[in-house]
Formats: sequence, structure tokens, C-alpha cells
Amino acid sequence: MAQAAETASPVDRALRAQVEEIARTVVARHSDAVDGEARFPEEAMAALKQARLLSAYVPVAMGGGGCSLGDLIGACEVLAEHCASTAMIFAMHQIEVVCLVHHGLSSPWFCGYLRRVAASQRLIASVTSEVGMGGSLRTSVCAVERQHERFRLIKDATTISYGVQADDLLITARAAMDAAPGDQVLLLLQRDDFQLKRLGRWDALGMRGTCSAGGLVEGVASVEQILPAPFGEIAAETMVPVSHLLWSAVWCGIASSAVGRAAAWVRAEARKKPGTMPPAALRLAEVHAELQAMRASVSALASEYQTLRSDPARSGEISAMAFAVRVNNLKVSASRAVSRIVEAALQICGIHGYKNDSPFSVARQLRDGLSASLMVANDRIYAANASALLVQKEI
Amino acid sequence: MEDAIRSIVGKHGKLSVPIEEIRPDDDLYRAGMTSHASVNVMLALEAHFDLEFPDRMLRRSVFESISAIQAALNELRSMAA
Repeated sequence: MAQAAETASPVDRALRAQVEEIARTVVARHSDAVDGEARFPEEAMAALKQARLLSAYVPVAMGGGGCSLGDLIGACEVLAEHCASTAMIFAMHQIEVVCLVHHGLSSPWFCGYLRRVAASQRLIASVTSEVGMGGSLRTSVCAVERQHERFRLIKDATTISYGVQADDLLITARAAMDAAPGDQVLLLLQRDDFQLKRLGRWDALGMRGTCSAGGLVEGVASVEQILPAPFGEIAAETMVPVSHLLWSAVWCGIASSAVGRAAAWVRAEARKKPGTMPPAALRLAEVHAELQAMRASVSALASEYQTLRSDPARSGEISAMAFAVRVNNLKVSASRAVSRIVEAALQICGIHGYKNDSPFSVARQLRDGLSASLMVANDRIYAANASALLVQKEI
Repeated sequence: MEDAIRSIVGKHGKLSVPIEEIRPDDDLYRAGMTSHASVNVMLALEAHFDLEFPDRMLRRSVFESISAIQAALNELRSMAA
């Protein structure tokens, strides 16, 4: 991370410094309460809004910060070192913003909306899951019911993270009442356009502050609020790669936090008997190498994605099967790595890592990290890659 | 060639409408073909026409319609000739 900061541009450094300051002074202070009470990290989100970071990726000309995807990755990792729930909410919001910036700028309505996101720091939640479809991103049951220039939508979602706290919702739905399950659009409902009935509670093992209960959304809005591009295109070119990159960055932050505590423990042991290598020191060296490999896999794919996007001759490669397979591979490998790394940190810290109230505790990191392989279940991703590898030639 | 493509898409594409109602330029994804079904279409095309789609052709747009598939097959055949 220190190396990444040295090569960053002055703008990146300012953004990073801002996030680090907020993480240290606000996010860290409230993370125990957010986790313990399973409540929305309101203080952290207020501080991020105050620093205008909810529009960090919105172009400067529209009042945003104009940052890069690499900057968002850095911000997610830093936040997750202190509170994984805050970092995941920040990541999910940014995924929505990146989709709108990449696919909405040809629409006057969405240009106006992005200006409002920048001006009033609106928080956007995602509504992609659905009763009857589970976590299948690329199929919907609900459909857009058009009536002249307006549409109506009812969606019964199994999970809407921070739906109650969000200003606006970005929702997948079938393009019309007679459309196939995979013929989807992505649409935006603003706070005044919809009613959300929360279904159930969110009392989970980890990621407790994301408030990911189910919900029934009922809305009416203008057809201009439907993104012009088919959702299949938005998913392949932006939503899936950016989700897996930002989620993986959050998991890197969780892993890094646990390794940081393990390192502090080993240093404390070493100080007790200078000249004698603490037995856990080798395990620390081992897990440190694994953390570096995990970070490298995130930054390699982020660089590839940004290179392909910025080269018009190559941007089509993003929607090729081979790139989708690599993006999926990042998700499964990073989600497995986070649990492995945190568990190794636990073994290093021993009982002090297992206790909730010790400065070397990695209990929360372990609980939060376990969500990684379930957020779009790894088996679903392996199934998609297994299918792709039946026709892909280059390995 | 178009008949063979139609027969393969009809058998493996899992469309929500009968293949007879699909026009050459209709979007097969909008007609219900999932990405998993598209892989089965690719496998059946490779077997039937005895060729392999290179990775650069394994993308959504190449398999989005009967005519797009036909164009891809023609391109591969002209390269092989």
C-alpha cells in the first residue's frame, strides 16, 4: 500500500489522505457499536458525505471528484481495515455510481441525476436479488409495466443492503411484462418515487452494519429513469467486474487488519525476549506473503480493466468470455484468501485473537470475512466458469 | 447453413419463443437465451461445423442473432480456406 501511494498522482494522494483521516478518526471509533448493535454506520457515512466522497467517481464537470477506479479500490481497503460494514456500504454505493457514469452519460436525465448525487451526496442501494431467483444477477421475475411516459414496478427482493437508509435504489427488472427473464433493464427510483416495506431483520454473523434485510419495493417513475443500455451489457462491462474488484478490495482490508494485529502480537512477543525468534514469527512471514499475493491479484485485474477501458481498440475485450472468467477467478480466489489469511492470523495471536475484548482480537475480521464466499455464492461462480471453460481455448 | 444454425439454436438456445418465429436479426438474448445456453449453442456449432471459435469470438455480440452467428461461421470458414 505504501508503494501504491508513492506512485499515485497528487489528486489520488489527497483522496487517500482524506479517507485515511476519516477511517482513523470516525470509522474506527464507531465500528464496535456498529457490529455489536447490527446498526447502520451513520457516523462514518455522514463523514464520507461531508468529505463529498459519495461522488468521488462522478466526473469533475458534473461536480464530482473525478477519481479513478484505482482510487476507489484504495479507499475501500483503507475503510475495511477499520470497519468492514462501512467499507462494504461504500463499495456497493460506488458500484452503482460507476454503472451510472459508464452507461448513463448519454441520457440527459442521468446526467442531471449524477449532478444531484454530487450536490447532495445521495446514497444509492442496489436491488438485484429477488424472491424466486435468489442471487441470480442475470434473471428477473419482476417487470417494468409501461404506461405512456411512466412505468410501475413491484419487486420482492431477498436482500437490500442499507435499503432503509439509502436515498435512491438502482433496480434490475425485466424490460417489459412479456420479456424473457434474462431480458433486463437497470432503473433508478428516487426516494419520492418508491415505498419500501422492510421484510425481516438483519441479524447475521458478520457484516452486521450493512443492514441487508429483504424488502418489497413498489414504485412509479418516468421512463427516462431506465438506463438506455440493456442490463446484460452493463453487467458484463461494469457491474460484475467493478463489484468483484471493490469487494475484493474490502476483503483485502479485512485481511490486512487481521495480519496487522498478528504482527503487533509477534512484535510484543519479540520484545519480551530480544534475541529469541518468537515461534509465531514464521507463521507471520508466511501469511504476510499470502496477503501480498491477494493484493497483487486485485491490482493486476484493476490495471487490466482500466487499460482495456481506456483503449477504444481493446475495450470490446471486456465483454469477452476470457475476461469474465478472470473477473470471476478474482472473486473466488480473494474470497477464499480472506478467510484463510484471517484464520492464520488467529492461529498466530492464539487465545488473544479469539477473545472479543483483546487488542489482538481478530474475531470480527473472521466473522466479516466469512461473508465473502457467500456474496454471490462461490459455487455459482465456479458453475459459470465451468461452463465458459467448455469453449474457451486459451488457458 | 442458416437451417443448421436455426436447428441448433432451437435445440440448445432455451428460447422462450419457437425458433420459427425468430427472424435472422432478432436478439437471441432478448428471446430468452442465457449465457449458459449460449455455451451449449457454441459447443453444438463447433461439433456440427467441425471448427473452433477462437477466444476473440467468444463474446456476447457474436452470438446475439442467427445472422451474427452466420457471419462468424463464414469468417472462420474463409480463414480456413
